[in-house]
Amino acid sequence: MTDLPRSTERKLGLVIDLDTCVGCHACVISCKGWNTVSADNAPLSDFDAYGPDPQGTFLNRVHSYEVTPEEGGAAQVVHFPRSCLHCEDAPCVTVCPTGASFKRAEDGIVLVNEDDCMGCGLCAWACPYGARELDLAAGVMKKCTLCIDRIYNENLPEEDRVPACVRSCPAGARHFGDLGDPDSAVSRLVAERGGMELMPECGTRPVNRYLPPRPRDRAVKGSLENAAEDSARPSGFLGWLDRALEAL
Amino acid sequence: MHPAVSVILFTTLSGAGFGLFAWLGTGRPPVTGWPAFWFYFMGYGLAVTGLFASAFHLANPKNAIKAFSQWRSSWLSREAVLSVATLLVIAPYAIGRIFYGENWAALGLAGSILSILTVFSTAMIYTQLRTVPRWNTPLTPLLFLAYAVTGGAILAGQSEAAIWLLLALGLIQLAHWMLGDSRFAAAGHDMGTATGLGRIGRVRLLEPPHSGGNYLLHEMVFRIGRRHAMKLRVLAFLGAVALPLAILLAFGAAPAATALAAAVHLLGTLASRWLFFAEARHVVGLYYGR
Repeated sequence: MTDLPRSTERKLGLVIDLDTCVGCHACVISCKGWNTVSADNAPLSDFDAYGPDPQGTFLNRVHSYEVTPEEGGAAQVVHFPRSCLHCEDAPCVTVCPTGASFKRAEDGIVLVNEDDCMGCGLCAWACPYGARELDLAAGVMKKCTLCIDRIYNENLPEEDRVPACVRSCPAGARHFGDLGDPDSAVSRLVAERGGMELMPECGTRPVNRYLPPRPRDRAVKGSLENAAEDSARPSGFLGWLDRALEAL
Repeated sequence: MHPAVSVILFTTLSGAGFGLFAWLGTGRPPVTGWPAFWFYFMGYGLAVTGLFASAFHLANPKNAIKAFSQWRSSWLSREAVLSVATLLVIAPYAIGRIFYGENWAALGLAGSILSILTVFSTAMIYTQLRTVPRWNTPLTPLLFLAYAVTGGAILAGQSEAAIWLLLALGLIQLAHWMLGDSRFAAAGHDMGTATGLGRIGRVRLLEPPHSGGNYLLHEMVFRIGRRHAMKLRVLAFLGAVALPLAILLAFGAAPAATALAAAVHLLGTLASRWLFFAEARHVVGLYYGR
């Protein structure tokens, strides 16, 4: 049955640092690469990849936003990777009619059993985060597996036993660990930096957390405006030059 | 949301079919023999066509049989189980009516109740989604039930009941449209909560993650319907409510009038159902600045 486990032994997930992410999309590509060639699951397909209308299935996408403080001041750019948050109260699991969607009791990872999926798409409708994409070639639902075939894979060197997106991030903006253990490195990061849930009003209780950008230096009052147009009259030699040029 | 033809046909036709069964199961109209055959033929035609249409929505239909397994947790699975149960319970009742002129009332009543539960579970597939605030309201099952029972009343030739039901349907439909318009904002979703960046300031999409389309945009960020929404609402209301009401009031239970009212009502229902999907806004659009 696609009931949710009452609790999970561990809560494996990602902590994504929005202060550090440089928006390079390396995580997007490494995710696509690993999940296309490695697993028992169907590959992540592409259509018209080099043509005028390229489309494909991805488990991770990076948006870039501009945030402008309400009280005025300089805007900033925030790169924002979006993938499955492995929610504790995952609505994608309970809506599934075939039992293909499930959340593991041992580590909290939300997965799709492709042998059971009928491709109705209802789980993608139920997800607020756009974490699930139906693969148009395979006809089954695709989602982040937290690289379940890497993190427990003893054939890989130990440093590679993390999700592909975490391993490939050149900025160190992605962290993997047990968010159910308050002493884990990821939990301490969340506590120190005020890690946040996305769309908490949806009641999904996501496991993944996002670390907000650190506060930027505020533009010194008036400095930006002065740089744009210097309205104050200078004095001294510059003042004489200003008046002389105006008189010409 | 993308208004897929398969899903519109599924909810409209199976809704009307099960709505008709809800009336037939209570012995209305009290027909036997050939007339009964044609009523049940129509009911099975609508319900089964609708259910087949829903299968066309599946990307991997070979696993469709597994949809009967998760009835404990999934409304879609409950809908599958209940619809087949209804068809199986109504069948012997129909045989009694058609071939033996008998009214096995308990069986018929069970079929009626199952029909209503089937339509309710269809509606709950949409109602349960907190990601689509316009649907996530008790008015949605009320709307689906009102459409089913009203359409069923017209098809079953229950003109007097149909007139009252059309009036009720009109009110519920208007309420669903008007209250639905403010549901998204009232739920408190915006780009600030979607990204968590609202605590810093105003959020604007600077660069989308991909230049082409994708499944999410095609399926959940459909926007065409919203431009003509007002015109379509008028057309849907005329077809589903106003015209059938006028026809029934003018001509009563004459068979030709009933047939015309039913046809117009079903067309109006299709338009309303198209709007139900096309106007619905999914929160994932926020990540794309829509």
